[in-house]
Amino acid sequence: MGDERNLLMIEQLKTYFYLDENRVAKAVDGVSLSIKPGETFALVGESGSGKSMTALSILQLINKPGKIIDGSVSLDGMELISKTDKEMSKIRGNDISMIFQEPMTALNPVFTIGDQITEILRKHKGLKKKEAHNRAVELLDIVGIPRANEIIHEYPHQLSGGMRQRVMIAMAISCEPKLLIADEPTTALDVTIQSQILDLLKEMQEKFNMAVLLITHDLGVVAEYADRVAVMYGGQIVEQTSAKQLIKEMKHPYSKGLIQSLPSFKKTQSRLDAIPGTIPPAYDFPHGCRFSARCPFVMDICTQSNPELIEAASDHHVRCFLYEEGGADIHETASPAAK
Amino acid sequence: MYKYIIRRLLVFIPMIFLLTIIIFALATAAPGDPLTGKKVDPSISPEVYEQQREELGLNDPLPVQYFNWISSFAQGDFGESMFYNGRSVESLIGARLLNTVYLGLFAFAITLLVAIPLGIYSAKKPYSLLDYGGTAFGFIGLAIPNFFFGLIAIYVFSITFGWFPAQGTTSDPNLTGAAALLDRLHHMVLPGLTLALAGTATYMRYMRSEALDVLGSDYIRTAKAKGMSERSIVFKHTLRNALIPIITLTGYEFGVLLGGAVITEQVFNYPGLGTLFIDSITNRDYPVIMAINLLLGVTVLFGNLLADILYSVADPRIRYD
Repeated sequence: MGDERNLLMIEQLKTYFYLDENRVAKAVDGVSLSIKPGETFALVGESGSGKSMTALSILQLINKPGKIIDGSVSLDGMELISKTDKEMSKIRGNDISMIFQEPMTALNPVFTIGDQITEILRKHKGLKKKEAHNRAVELLDIVGIPRANEIIHEYPHQLSGGMRQRVMIAMAISCEPKLLIADEPTTALDVTIQSQILDLLKEMQEKFNMAVLLITHDLGVVAEYADRVAVMYGGQIVEQTSAKQLIKEMKHPYSKGLIQSLPSFKKTQSRLDAIPGTIPPAYDFPHGCRFSARCPFVMDICTQSNPELIEAASDHHVRCFLYEEGGADIHETASPAAK
Repeated sequence: MYKYIIRRLLVFIPMIFLLTIIIFALATAAPGDPLTGKKVDPSISPEVYEQQREELGLNDPLPVQYFNWISSFAQGDFGESMFYNGRSVESLIGARLLNTVYLGLFAFAITLLVAIPLGIYSAKKPYSLLDYGGTAFGFIGLAIPNFFFGLIAIYVFSITFGWFPAQGTTSDPNLTGAAALLDRLHHMVLPGLTLALAGTATYMRYMRSEALDVLGSDYIRTAKAKGMSERSIVFKHTLRNALIPIITLTGYEFGVLLGGAVITEQVFNYPGLGTLFIDSITNRDYPVIMAINLLLGVTVLFGNLLADILYSVADPRIRYD
């Protein structure tokens, strides 16, 4: 694994939002991760943890007052951060494409499906109108849209949410990108449609040999579809390992909280175990570890300084004092602090 | 679509009928009549005055007067002016209407050509110098009364610099072809700018806020993620969506332009419908007043119908079946 080259390398990426003179929201604060060709990398965390901002930073689609202030993003060894907007527009949709959470609003309401797919083919592939049209019909067919010949002339409002997400996928794969970023692609959809869309993504990934950066808050999805996973909290990665390893053994208290807050069929519960409190605003993180205020295992040191991301086990990185040299072993000695 | 248009046109009939009643009631409710001013003229004897009233039908009961007016009106006869010694209302309105339409279209073109690019640019670069400039212009444009801006324009551009004529539609009626057109346009610049001022300010503010909304929308983010060029994002994806609400405004604009011309034309002594309107009110020339009012009302109705039709063309989500 280690000798294989990386497709995407993110190093110490920092994206800050300058809200006003006194407040700086550190939406992405020193994120590093790498994705290999063809693999599925899941980014997990609750709303506001910085996962979408990390994804948008890769494509440099951060709107003001946000700004990428430091770090590196490279694709196939090519640095992206230093590129101009015009240079980036040749990469967006072509080498890296993205699909979004809300299929209902992600398509332009006044243009036909065909128009919106062909414009990307004409821009990046230089196809003629007719060629682009034929290819668009093919693509709609590939993503499982029936009557592709007719649908291509329809407008987004005439399609269901699931169909629109398929159109988004057709657009995203149209230039056979090396990396597809899927930002919670199924959150807004029916449960029955969710697995269809995820299976379709998997199928497309194999067909076109794409890497997928899958942003989700659903650990079930991670277990089923991801190869590697990073858990984000407060703009930082708090745990990073293979998906198998994470499901087997979650180390960070936040990750544990996430899995415990899922409903289970095995045990009968009157209430779900939720992580107490809410994610702190990105302009006002607590001193020390950003999870310390909500952590059941909080120690004195946690409120004094923020731990580094350390390799707690082979290929298993955790940002937590519990796993640092001389730290208490969570399984034996640490017990949840009284709430 | 056609069914919709026909249905809308049928609804116009009772609306126009109601409009005629209101216009007639308002016109006759005003004190005095076309002969009021002549009463003080000692050379006219009271008998002649009375005879005139009888001839003009001013002594008939109001319902009869209304019925006479509306029935000849229904036959396409707008009646005769009571002031200009029996000239037909059509002949009075005809030429002037054309002048006003030219002025209105000219002003509307200025409005669209200035407001849309300025609004889009302001939205693209909010809080830039141009945005602040545009905002300032917007408030000034809305705050300054038409006539005042017109007077200042005349003082600055006509009297001080002598760049544009201060009144009329032409300096030499014998001109033909391109020279005549240029001369006409030259005369329309100042009244056109004056008439366009308020509309431009309004449209620009609307355009800015609409474009700002659209630029922040999910589908613009999608377009960016697809690698669309800046040009395509602004002029294709944003403009088309931001224009939809603007189209609704244009429906009213027709009426506003014709109505707004009343003051502007007066200031620039422009021989249009507006000057005729003011004159006929001063002279209590009912048939002319009522005809012009009705014309304005019908223009607003058709303007709105046109806006609704354009609306469905611009926005595929709108369907009239």
